Amino acid sequence: MPELLDKSLLLVTGKGGVGRTTVAAALGLKAAGEGRRTIVCEVAEQERLPTLFGGTQAGHHERELAPGLFGISIDPERAKEEWLRYQLGSALAGLLGHSRIFQYLTAAAPGLTELVTVGKVWELAQLQRKTAKASPYDLVIVDSPATGHGVAMLRAPRTFSEVARVGPIHRQAATIHRFLTDPAATGVLTVALPEEMPVTETLELGGRLREEMGMRIDRIVVNQLLPERFSGAEAGRLESVDGRGSPAIRAALSEYRRARLQRSQLRRLRRAAEAPVTTLPFLFATDFGQRQLEALAARL
Amino acid sequence: MSAHRVLARKQVCICAGSGGVGKTTTSAAIAAGMAARGRKVVVLTIDPARRLAGSLGLPELGNEERLVPGDFGDGELWAMMLDAKRTFDQLIEWHAPDEETRDAVLGNRVYQELSNAVAGSQEYMAMEKLYELHQEGRYDLLVLDTPPSRNALDFLDAPRRLSSFIDSRSFQLFTVPGRLGLRVLGRGTGLVFSAMQRATGINLLQDLSEFFRSFSGMAEGFRERADRVNALLADSRTAFLLVTSPDAAAVDEAIFFHHRLLDTGLPFAGAVVNRVNPLAAADGSGDGEVAELLGDVLGRKVLRNLEDYRLLAARDRDSVKRLRSTLGRKPMICVPELDDDVHDLAGLERMNEYLFGEGT
Repeated sequence: MPELLDKSLLLVTGKGGVGRTTVAAALGLKAAGEGRRTIVCEVAEQERLPTLFGGTQAGHHERELAPGLFGISIDPERAKEEWLRYQLGSALAGLLGHSRIFQYLTAAAPGLTELVTVGKVWELAQLQRKTAKASPYDLVIVDSPATGHGVAMLRAPRTFSEVARVGPIHRQAATIHRFLTDPAATGVLTVALPEEMPVTETLELGGRLREEMGMRIDRIVVNQLLPERFSGAEAGRLESVDGRGSPAIRAALSEYRRARLQRSQLRRLRRAAEAPVTTLPFLFATDFGQRQLEALAARL
Repeated sequence: MSAHRVLARKQVCICAGSGGVGKTTTSAAIAAGMAARGRKVVVLTIDPARRLAGSLGLPELGNEERLVPGDFGDGELWAMMLDAKRTFDQLIEWHAPDEETRDAVLGNRVYQELSNAVAGSQEYMAMEKLYELHQEGRYDLLVLDTPPSRNALDFLDAPRRLSSFIDSRSFQLFTVPGRLGLRVLGRGTGLVFSAMQRATGINLLQDLSEFFRSFSGMAEGFRERADRVNALLADSRTAFLLVTSPDAAAVDEAIFFHHRLLDTGLPFAGAVVNRVNPLAAADGSGDGEVAELLGDVLGRKVLRNLEDYRLLAARDRDSVKRLRSTLGRKPMICVPELDDDVHDLAGLERMNEYLFGEGT
């Protein structure tokens, strides 16, 4: 794990519902705790981090969530404005910003949202920030959109650099693409659950990243692994005992079966995946906040 | 409430919800359940990750429907995975007034790069395919598995966005040959364009303008079709089903999406809550006996485990109650957490004991 936190950009990917945001936040806490100035980016109109840290939403602002740990939910509209201002200076950018034609065109141009989003991520990861008076970060962590759309986002810079053969879009998109695919600068961490479909998708994602982007998964984190509370012998006793209809025994047997099923999926993932696999425990808790995040961070 | 009753008079069922709540599995289960009740059903997914094929026991899915092997009595179950690029190409072929225009669009680099690379186009193409299949009338019921809900909102907007863009002045402008269109709009526009060229690189602009120009012959066809797709979504024979898990964030999304459906006047039909902890609130009598029966060590472990499960069950009950209270009189079906993963037809059948059971 330490080698990943030393990169400039860490993409946290994975299927929806596997706990990507949680893992991204826990990684952020760990990196910040080790003295790195860190920011976790949420994209695609998602903003769950501030709530996890017990705060209110701040949108497209870099805001400190915990000592040394910042958060932002990237708004493509704002990212587009920032990019134009940087590209053209504020006068022309203002002109375009007020032009209805331009608004229509950029709203209709497919893939532009993905491009400016990933462009903002890139900007945050630069030592020389393009945003005025902004301080650089040691590490940028991205809570990427769910698997399929996540790859579409990563592909956007190359697509645009190919469509625009010359000119500033071509140059910048190509620079961003190089940064994303440079293993020294950018790391990929995939979150999965120890279940059939998330494991299958994780393996598929590895293939797609390699084929479509020439990237590889650096580490897989398997989230919500149930403890093995009961041995096979104990489960056998529970099955044969008189009170097996009781809720207590039903819950114990359910726990046993699910934990065993999880272990077999975990083995399957470990056998087939190229990246090393780390596990995080299932937390039996009714609410989820900074304390739980810190517990997970300690395990990473 | 049973899914059978919810869908009795429906021809289209759209399953929407956030990621990881079992939407793909639920879509497949509902389709299989309706097929087992004598209907000819097709389930289509636009999820770029290929999940549906696995759970239906098909080696893979393509842009054409495939018959799912299995015993569905008089019914049939078909499945397909949408290939957005292929569907887009077919649409161009369909709408192009002549071969020259067709080739100009299909050969345009902007079109080639963007028609398959982009998340947004996928949602739009799903709506297109849904409409096409509905028009063909070969199925009694179409079940659509949508991408996670924020994107699902995109797909609701997609047909409307396209038609309003085609109506817009900027589109007209691009379809006028040469720089004539720009001159018509006056000097300010020229300034905007030179700024745009500096921001984008002139080639991109030329390609775009070429694309829109060749596209213009088809614009009317596209617009009409987008309007008809919108009409199908709002039709009373269409049902939107919200799928969620008891996870607080997923329930928030479901509530958000429910409001959105009501606001846009789309036919919301009910909600499915997956993976609900099955422990009832009253479960817990006889704990003492269990401890006695099992002896000290195992007995204590079993009781401690039960405590944890009670905690999770209580959390799930709160979530379900919160969702229930926003749904009004619309049905809600709870599917308990099953001990094994649902990833094949047998698993779908187990799920359907709840989805199609009259008891809940």
